[in-house]
Amino acid sequence: MKKLLSGNEAIALGAKIAGVKYASAYPGTPSTEILENLAKMAGVRADWAPNEKVALDSVAGASYAGARALATMKHVGLNVASETLFYLAYTGVNAGLVLISADDPGAWSSQNEQDNRHYARFAKVPCLEPADSQEAMDFVAIAFDLSEQFDTPVILRTTTRISHSKSVVNVPEDNRHAPRALKEFVPDMSKYAMIPANARRRHPVVEDRLKKLGEWANTAPVNQIEWGDKSMGIVTSSVAYQYASEVFVGYSFLKLGMSYPLPEKLIRDFASKVERLVVVEELDPFFEHEIRAMGIPCVGKEYFPLTNEFSLAVVREGARKLGVAQPDYATASVAAQVPARPPALCPGCPHRSTFYTLRKLKLRVAGDIGCYSIGVLPPFNAIDTLGCMGASLGVAQGVDAVGENNAKHPWVAVIGDSPFFHAGMPALANIVYNRGASTVLILDNDTTAMTGQQENPGTGKTLQGASVQKIDIEQVVRGMGIKDVFVVDAFDEPAVEQTIKAAVAIKDRPSVVISRGPCVFLDTYADKYIDDVDLVKCNGCSLCFRVGCPAIYKGELDATTHKPKALIDPLLCIGCDVCLQVCPRDAIFRVGN
Amino acid sequence: MLTASDIVAEVGMALGLDAKKSEVHGFSQRGGVVESHVRWGKRVGAPLGEKGNIDYLLAFELMESARWIEFLKPGGTVIVNRQRILPMSATVGDALYPSDEAIDQALRVVTTKIVYVDGLEVATDLGNKNLANTVLLGALARVMEVDPEVWLDVIVKRVPHKYIEQNKQAFWAGRMGEKVPS
Repeated sequence: MKKLLSGNEAIALGAKIAGVKYASAYPGTPSTEILENLAKMAGVRADWAPNEKVALDSVAGASYAGARALATMKHVGLNVASETLFYLAYTGVNAGLVLISADDPGAWSSQNEQDNRHYARFAKVPCLEPADSQEAMDFVAIAFDLSEQFDTPVILRTTTRISHSKSVVNVPEDNRHAPRALKEFVPDMSKYAMIPANARRRHPVVEDRLKKLGEWANTAPVNQIEWGDKSMGIVTSSVAYQYASEVFVGYSFLKLGMSYPLPEKLIRDFASKVERLVVVEELDPFFEHEIRAMGIPCVGKEYFPLTNEFSLAVVREGARKLGVAQPDYATASVAAQVPARPPALCPGCPHRSTFYTLRKLKLRVAGDIGCYSIGVLPPFNAIDTLGCMGASLGVAQGVDAVGENNAKHPWVAVIGDSPFFHAGMPALANIVYNRGASTVLILDNDTTAMTGQQENPGTGKTLQGASVQKIDIEQVVRGMGIKDVFVVDAFDEPAVEQTIKAAVAIKDRPSVVISRGPCVFLDTYADKYIDDVDLVKCNGCSLCFRVGCPAIYKGELDATTHKPKALIDPLLCIGCDVCLQVCPRDAIFRVGN
Repeated sequence: MLTASDIVAEVGMALGLDAKKSEVHGFSQRGGVVESHVRWGKRVGAPLGEKGNIDYLLAFELMESARWIEFLKPGGTVIVNRQRILPMSATVGDALYPSDEAIDQALRVVTTKIVYVDGLEVATDLGNKNLANTVLLGALARVMEVDPEVWLDVIVKRVPHKYIEQNKQAFWAGRMGEKVPS
């Protein structure tokens, strides 16, 4: 049965067919949909974890206990989970364990575009790379088998373009979950308990395993040679293969489905039969350096860029420089006349009042990862630093420790509810423990909004929507010993402002403001009316434009101030009232009920 | 929009072709731009098309037609939904939404085959503004000269049962719309 599936849908299906019993992840673009799809499949237990390290540790436990297990994460999630990956590389597995790393060339929704093939080499574990959805499904099964055959965790690396593109998949008629009996856990401390003495004994095992994996790779069906014109041999993988296949038409290809360890004999054989070896790979010169280290001459990054996502145009440009003629498609350059369409906080977003206030109070802000990273953009321009999940609290503590969180430049840390559980809690412990005096704003919108409204430990719901114990952020914060904890309604801008001022004024001890209001996409969001503008009262003061709401736009010029009056789009407005609250002339009013 | 491009890709499959679809979006849910590429062929490698070489451009918003027109092959067909969604650069910044004439001129640099559709209006007349995308698919089906039954088969499989009739109506309304200029 042919189906059009995204890479992520195909991975979920492949995992189900391979009999995966347990899967865990923290949501992260472009990986999120894998677990969301698995959650719907009978026979699979799929859980959101508070972060990627916790996810991978529990997946390790499931594997030790004898169940095939899957962890999924975005590329930077593997940074968080890397400590687990490295001990897993030494302990190996019991039942098969696969880790999906979904990389993001082009940094479409990430803070960087790191190339996680390096993790495979670094941790000395195999890495498979599908080039389309069919391979995504097929390679998951291969990865589980490989994991069990070689007693190793296996990384399956996708990119945004592989995870999110849809392509045709031959879905087996019988694609039910294949239940597998738990493989008995045979206690073996020398394998599973990495005290130094055992770690030293396991290291040679890891090195030996890597050699055997390299041998396997030489004849593995995931690595394929397509012979053509031998004046040029293209070594490539993943989506780079897809672009190259349309650009280097008729040339010879070595398509690597396994990007680590590399099949040295196969590469040597391929290289010996072509006149020129060309490596076409997205991001880092990973293959190129490995192949050069084998003593095989090749070219790569002098023709194809190291940064940003590939495209047909980018690969064509490299091909042209290599003397392979390419069509030159005339393009009209008219786009410059079209205004940009930057992202914005949604109409009704609970974060709006906070960023309006932070801007108004001219506070310095250590930011975090979430929808609220839009606070960096106009009209807020309200975030000074932004790095990774949980970084806001650590950065604020460092600023505070060196005396820069002062009356002249008060700093605050801003973090969402889901990142608070992910990495904020240890950082808050650090603030308390080390006598910090930071103000921490926790924007609790009761969901993991950025990746599409996933549940988290604070929402009281599991991935499948079952009701569970809700972890109360206020209790957690108080439990850590913070005395000054303020809870404020995110949709009450004056209260948000007053509360932040009060918290920032506390200079000798830490304070926490929990700004609470549901994400506009949640069912619990109450929208009963819309707001409108009284154009007689409005004088174009423009304050309401500073709330950065897509529903508010500029109308006619006011006769006195010669500034545009505000208009509200009734199709977009959701009646959150933040603009109404900031209007100094009471020109905004509620319509309807 | 993402469902609409899935439908286009599945129509390609229904015609026995290889098909790929890929969307490019970052903060899309938060008002940013989403582009979605669909490619059909005997074998499709790249999941994304390239500037100056696509056959049909379907703009779900008026101004976006001009932003993406450079992707269209000279003489290709562009279908434009007349709906305007103001960008934040215009609502809080100093950018101006281009005039209808400016947008039309920009499109004419590349092609004269421009089909304007009042997707939202037609959908609203049919009683459900969520049908706008289906109206646009109807317009696309007309210019692509693919058997409408193939489209309808795919659409029917994709939408919840109670919306099937509405979607069929929207498809035909889009398909019967304005003639394609030659």
